[in-house]
Amino acid sequence: MLGRTASGLFWLFRYLERMENTARLINAAQWMSLTRMNASDSDWLSVLNTVGAADAFAAQHKEVTKANVIDWLLRSSDYPSSLINCMNAVQFNGKSVRTAITEEVWEAINAGHIDLNAQLKTRVSESSLNALLSDVRDIVSLIQGMAHSTMLRNEIFQFMSIGTHIERTDCTLRLLDVKYYVLLPSVSPVGSVLDNVQWETILRSVSSLGGMKMTYGEQFSAPEIIDYLVLNGKMPRSLSYCLMKVSNSLRKLSTPGRRNTDSMMQAKHLANYYLSVPVDSIFEYGLHEFLQKLLVLNSELSDQIAKDYRFYD
Amino acid sequence: MSFNTMKKDSSMNPIFNEMESRGGNVRGCYKAFFKWFSGESLPAIRKKQREAQEFFRLSGITFISGNSKQDQKKMDLIPFDFVPRIITSAEWDHVDRGVRQRTGAINAFLSDIYHDQEILKAKKIPVNLVAHNPAFLDKMIGMSPPGNIYTHIVGSDIVRTDPKTYFVLEDNARTPSGASYMLENREAMINLFPELFSRIKVKPVQDYTRQLLRTLVESAPHNKSKVVVCILTPGPFNSAYYEHAFLADQMGVELVEGSDLRVRDGRVHVRTINGFTPVDVIYRRIDDDYIDPLNFNSDSLLGVPGLFDVYRAGRVTIVNAPGTGIADDKSIYSYMPEIIQFYTGEKPILDNVPTWRCSEPDSLSYVLDNLDALVVKEVHGSGGYGMLIGPNSTKSMRKHFSERLKAKPEKYIAQPVLPLSTMPIFGGKDLTPRHVDLRPFSLMSPKEIFVTSGGLTRVALKKGSLVVNSSQGGGTKDTWVLEA
Repeated sequence: MLGRTASGLFWLFRYLERMENTARLINAAQWMSLTRMNASDSDWLSVLNTVGAADAFAAQHKEVTKANVIDWLLRSSDYPSSLINCMNAVQFNGKSVRTAITEEVWEAINAGHIDLNAQLKTRVSESSLNALLSDVRDIVSLIQGMAHSTMLRNEIFQFMSIGTHIERTDCTLRLLDVKYYVLLPSVSPVGSVLDNVQWETILRSVSSLGGMKMTYGEQFSAPEIIDYLVLNGKMPRSLSYCLMKVSNSLRKLSTPGRRNTDSMMQAKHLANYYLSVPVDSIFEYGLHEFLQKLLVLNSELSDQIAKDYRFYD
Repeated sequence: MSFNTMKKDSSMNPIFNEMESRGGNVRGCYKAFFKWFSGESLPAIRKKQREAQEFFRLSGITFISGNSKQDQKKMDLIPFDFVPRIITSAEWDHVDRGVRQRTGAINAFLSDIYHDQEILKAKKIPVNLVAHNPAFLDKMIGMSPPGNIYTHIVGSDIVRTDPKTYFVLEDNARTPSGASYMLENREAMINLFPELFSRIKVKPVQDYTRQLLRTLVESAPHNKSKVVVCILTPGPFNSAYYEHAFLADQMGVELVEGSDLRVRDGRVHVRTINGFTPVDVIYRRIDDDYIDPLNFNSDSLLGVPGLFDVYRAGRVTIVNAPGTGIADDKSIYSYMPEIIQFYTGEKPILDNVPTWRCSEPDSLSYVLDNLDALVVKEVHGSGGYGMLIGPNSTKSMRKHFSERLKAKPEKYIAQPVLPLSTMPIFGGKDLTPRHVDLRPFSLMSPKEIFVTSGGLTRVALKKGSLVVNSSQGGGTKDTWVLEA
């Protein structure tokens, strides 16, 4: 398998995952803005912070308004991770690895690309936002579903999975980091019941409110949220789960002549030192510092994988 | 629903309509198709037509349309017309033999022109035409490609003017494209009209990619048990990228870009996730000029530095060989009958279009006097650009062209306007005739020449138009060669 093909598959699935996360994030933020009495446009600044685009947005817009932020996240050609740019990147990478993916996956990508480009040609009205976001979810699900049901479980599949889970780790980390202060013990002392609408945004955007309640009961505390999104190996968007998937794929990529790659060692280090700890020690370490550290380690792991498997020249 | 009349083309008479006999009846080989067609309802046919569009839209087959200005180019679908071009077994036999003869002669010509140049010594072709031709590659002189094969893949453009007469318009001996359309058109037809294929026995084209892979493997520099083949593409921005990916996918070989390949230890290697591995055969879809920045155009980012040196050392096969452009050059074209005669000792089976070489003073003055009746082409042009079609031209276009002709006569050739045959297309309501050509594909390995039973039929969708190029609004059709 070509290094460039591995790279194309990795980025295809990173952008696909990013697309889904952006759609979820807009959906959750919109929900919050409609269900809270004191909602204001400035809440959307935290959405921009989550995706790390506040500065880029400010360079082009004087004020943060809900309509502007949504349009920017959906359609901006300047913001590399806007929905439309993600979709185009998915299609472009799909094209460049066309021979590695099945016809079914390619056609799902191509159909989604045509559909989304048509829908995002002009501004999306508030009344059609839900339908659009639901279409995005369908497009992503169809591509992922086709990949799961038609692709061989060979090295191609491993790079798809690595891309998905590296990106998902990144998204979950950013999501937590923007709201980390809400979860600090000083705001809601350990043992007390969290009473802040803001954490709902977090859980909603990862579709986890139900799972959270199933795992921890109707009322839960800040450490439980962190435990759930960081350490819980059963939660498909938690850091532990994503890292386990990445490690599994790296292990499957190893060959008799090539057992312990640097990326495998890094993944192991991440799992042993940061994700096999009681939740209290994360607070001791400092929640923000912990999340920042993991963002860096995750991105280093991504770079090392690119190096180990010769993504670039 | 019935279709009692096929529209006649009144602008140019007499034109051979491939579906019609002289008496105005449906020709024998089209009878079964026409019977089926007459039994279909208009809504059902229209529905099928929409399904066909959807099939091509989803598959992502595109080419770059619009004019040559970079910023106005966009990806478009090539229009597909479902009315098949049908060729009898006997008719095909003639085309097949003609194509084989031509492919063999072109390869022999290339081998000669880069070695002993017997044809020049015999004065069959002017030395100047070769020596000063930019398509003649000095670096290939004395170089013998593996198995002595230069043109592994040839796609000559053939037109028909009456039931018995075929002309070769041009020979594409560099990197002919279109095979993927041939294969996808057939797949679309089988999906849309399975009942037709149950009733009518059509020779398959789907073995093209298997034969292509065999040809590539047999052309490897050394006998090896495991030959590594790859397709070298300029990348996803290229207008024919779809085809590159399609062929790689069908053959199960890697689709590589220049940056994936590297010359190391005297061999070409490909960068895989587990390191560099050697490559034996490169089916390149990049022009000669761009394959190796060290040996050719140094600005090229598409190629592989040092590739040509490995090739000269006989340690990799490049398909088609560099320098084959001298064989399909429009100025050489007019000598094809002599070339065929010289190397095969036979008369050409397929005719050449009579050609005036404007470099010759007598020809030039004839061409200038008869511009309104001729097609004038640039010797080094392609894709239907830079040409004048006399009968369709305006006075000012002819004036403009005659100035260009006088300034640089050697850059032009002229040919009579051929009454290209027509085929009906489905115009939304009924069948209406449009001009067509045919590009069959031949594959040549050191062991044999293989010609696919069929090819790509291109159709001018504009009424009366003779330009079938997809870049200028042409469409395609499935081409059926019937079982004997």
